[in-house]
Amino acid sequence: MGRAISLVENGAESAEIILASLDEDLISQATILGITGPPGAGKSTLTNGIISQLRQSRKRIGIVAVDPSSPISGGAILGDRIRMMQHATDQDVVMRSMATRGRLGGLCATAGAAVRIMASCGCSTIIIETVGVGQSEMDIISLADITLLVLAPGLGDDIQAMKAGLLEVADILVVNKADCRGADTLAMDLEAVTRKGSAEPTQVCMTVATEGKGIAELLERIDTLDSAHRDSGERQKRRRGAHDQEVLDWCLEILRPTLKSEITKRKLPLLGDPRRKAKEILQEQ
Amino acid sequence: MGTAQRNRVLIGKPGLDGHDRGAKFIAQALRDAGFEVVYTGIRRSPEEIAAAAVQEDVAAVGLSSLSGAHMRLFPAVVEALKKAGAPDIPVLGGGVIPEEDIVALKEAGIVEIFTPGTPIDTIISAYRAACEKQPPG
Amino acid sequence: MPKHPKLTEWEENELAKSLNRFPERKEKFTNHGGEEIPRLGTPESPDDAYLEKLSFPGKYPYTRGVQPTMYRGRLWTMRQYAGFSSAAESNKRYRFLLEQGTSGLSVAFDLPTQIGYDSDDPMSLGEVGKVGVAIDSLADMETLFDQIPLGKVSTSMTINSPAAVLLAMYVAVGEKQGVAPENIKGTIQNDVLKEYVARGTYIFPPKPSLRLITNIFQWCSQNTPAFNTISISGYHIREAGSTAVQEVAFTLANGCTYVQTAIDAGLELDIFARRLAFFFNASSDLLEEVAKFRAARRLWARLMKDRFGARDPASLMLRFHTQTAGNTLTAQQIDNNIVRVTIQALAAVLGGTQSLHTNSKDEAHSLPTEESVRTALRTQQVLAHESGVADTIDPLAGSYYIESLTDKIEREALALIDKIDESGGVVKCIEDGFIQRQIENAAYQYQMEIERGERIIVGVNKFQIQEDKKPPLLRVNPEVEKTQVAKLDGVKNNRNNQQVTNLLARLETAAQGSENLMPYIYDCVKEYATLGEICNVLRKVFGEYKDRG
Ligand SMILES: Nc1nc2c(ncn2[C@@H]2O[C@H](COP(=O)(O)OP(=O)(O)OP(=O)(O)O)[C@@H](O)[C@H]2O)c(=O)[nH]1
Ligand SMILES: [Mg+2]
Repeated sequence: MGRAISLVENGAESAEIILASLDEDLISQATILGITGPPGAGKSTLTNGIISQLRQSRKRIGIVAVDPSSPISGGAILGDRIRMMQHATDQDVVMRSMATRGRLGGLCATAGAAVRIMASCGCSTIIIETVGVGQSEMDIISLADITLLVLAPGLGDDIQAMKAGLLEVADILVVNKADCRGADTLAMDLEAVTRKGSAEPTQVCMTVATEGKGIAELLERIDTLDSAHRDSGERQKRRRGAHDQEVLDWCLEILRPTLKSEITKRKLPLLGDPRRKAKEILQEQ
Repeated sequence: MGTAQRNRVLIGKPGLDGHDRGAKFIAQALRDAGFEVVYTGIRRSPEEIAAAAVQEDVAAVGLSSLSGAHMRLFPAVVEALKKAGAPDIPVLGGGVIPEEDIVALKEAGIVEIFTPGTPIDTIISAYRAACEKQPPG
Repeated sequence: MPKHPKLTEWEENELAKSLNRFPERKEKFTNHGGEEIPRLGTPESPDDAYLEKLSFPGKYPYTRGVQPTMYRGRLWTMRQYAGFSSAAESNKRYRFLLEQGTSGLSVAFDLPTQIGYDSDDPMSLGEVGKVGVAIDSLADMETLFDQIPLGKVSTSMTINSPAAVLLAMYVAVGEKQGVAPENIKGTIQNDVLKEYVARGTYIFPPKPSLRLITNIFQWCSQNTPAFNTISISGYHIREAGSTAVQEVAFTLANGCTYVQTAIDAGLELDIFARRLAFFFNASSDLLEEVAKFRAARRLWARLMKDRFGARDPASLMLRFHTQTAGNTLTAQQIDNNIVRVTIQALAAVLGGTQSLHTNSKDEAHSLPTEESVRTALRTQQVLAHESGVADTIDPLAGSYYIESLTDKIEREALALIDKIDESGGVVKCIEDGFIQRQIENAAYQYQMEIERGERIIVGVNKFQIQEDKKPPLLRVNPEVEKTQVAKLDGVKNNRNNQQVTNLLARLETAAQGSENLMPYIYDCVKEYATLGEICNVLRKVFGEYKDRG
């Protein structure tokens, strides 16, 4: 499975065969859970707790953990695994770390492919963990059926910063580190913020990820919400959105190398409007 | 079949030794050289490292040990990789390792051993070479 | 010119009292020409700034040292860290060191012991006896100190997460020798916070770890009042690659955390604070290191006074052990290490350390040989008896450079401590990785400077030679693991297992509550419950800490 994901990630020819042979039924049945939030909020620890909980009912689980690449070298240190090493030798916990690789699109394509491969291999829940900063991270979250935003007390003015973007995409707000001072205040603040201007306020959950507290309740809420979304057609709507986003990403992914070589090949004059030149190239393609 | 990503490596510390300055330095240096480094942290069993290497489909595994337990732990990782069905992932090691042990470790299948004072460029090139050695798909 | 009244005051009070109790080592300290060496250099007329920032030795804020006579009264304790695979072998090395004139023992434990695993635990694979001695039960501790009178030596034990267990074993051995607990002297490292950021031998999460530490403070103040209950360590933080300022800041911030936790648990500040000891690194930047030690001493005194309201001078004094920087030892041209160690040891002495470990030149390779250990000890002896730096107090004081650097390090360290407080305290900053990241970045930058040749390391990136002669290395006998496991089996077969089970169950119940766990642990070790058994009970109740990487 790891190999299959790499092949897709690297754009190998054989990727197509793999992706075409996936089990669509399993993919549409699986629940895709997005977990996002600021660095250090406890996303990985929470993911670890969720895995432990789900493993009790013997479910197979996939995790896609995305970390930012260094903008300079393109390299990355992928460290989310550290928090989940207790499941390392469990055959039914499949984890894949990914770097954003500084690309604009593409990440949705590869992360999406990883999710599909995992689902098709029998993972009934797939968790996508990503730091909630940057556009490409936000895009990945659109792949999820249900999105959790993990916050913790003492992370500074994060709520303010988050309000605009992440609070909107989140289905459930998780106040992690409930054992720490300020957790209750944070939860109340969040409730106040979400109640404003919304008929259906986002739910707020409290957890202590390090001790596994609150995770069972959280999973219950996720389940309830997921079934509701399945019934109401919301889930289908999101899958449609994700699907279109993935297709778009693949378009860009496939076009980029061709276009790039085309542009280089043409040795275009330095003068003149780049936008018009682009249009010309695209028309000829 | 096999096309592990050419720039994807795993750095881990088997055993109980918690001195991770060296391992972290290598991880950072590899990142700055453009590698994607899956870092597993300290106190990992050989089986955990092998399982992670397979799932993450890395092109090479780097180990560090400073407690003197390398003779037991490094070969154990090579064995664990074989058992996990990934005998072709090359294993590199570093740490406070005496000359005699280096010979024995290479016989046990560790492709490179670095000792304190090895220039980082040498180490990076070795990782690059090890990644290249992966049989093409 | 008449003496400044403040100087006279100091001479008549602090100094006179000290001289009365402990006369100086010599009646007269003289140079080669027979001229007398003054005890203390001071400005001719000390101004307010001098009195506030430097003052006199043995006087707040202790910039110039914690005792009024410093090394003229008593030399620092020459303490060599050693621990060799089996208890019996280590015992032999300790007796050798005592014969050679060390004044204190220092025990290194192997990693399974430090992480609370017995030698037969699967986690111990390959590690038994590797970096120190393996201790599974009281039986090993008895062997370790066989024929060493615990009433006379002071022993420092590098043990953190399971410190309570090892301390209990040590006191129990003393009891068997007929030494009353109040006469037991020594130090346990017991500094778990730095394990999370720099050294890695943690077991439990921070909260229960802090409880165990507080339990030890309390138990020791009642039972072993002469025992130092913690050695708050910057050594490993520096080894992990921190700067000098970070070393001071993170260490003192940890210190404040322990103090606050103990106060919160209802302990009396002026009773436990006097038993806090520190442990720093002496690296090669001679002047910066001297300034670092002086700054740390002053800053701690100020923190204790201003933040916690300590009154007793003993609570304000930062007393510290120093070890020369292991990470500066090179595998190339290892004799050069002797020179490095000399510079570093000199920094520690000029900085006013209370005890010192000098590394052996071959420590970068493996456990040092007897010969290199001797040279390391001789380095200290040469400094003490030949260099003259021990004959006058705080000799670098008043140097423009040293004083301004001392001020700067104090200022920057305090700013970093404040920053940690603002971000929610040490535990929080460990959990979110702030402290680890700071250290990592400093380490990375430093190492890259070496790689690029901007920083010269003699024999490594410059002045290299072709070397083929490998130094003789001491190897750990691979049989150690087997014999240790066999011994452990023997212990388990010969003890009262029913009693052990009962005591472990009692410990478990106590751990679930909020009682002091030391008495329970003490009972367990006396019945030969093993370290692993005790720690597993606590693991069950407390859980285990997971590294953030
Ligand atoms: N006190 C407390 N600490 C927690 C809790 N959950 C996580 N932590 C700690 O917070 C730190 C960060 O946790 P991670 O799970 O690595 O956080 P993350 O959001 O995945 O961080 P990045 O991957 O770096 O973005 C770790 O030291 C955890 O042990 C909790 O519920 N309570
Ligand atoms: Mg994470």
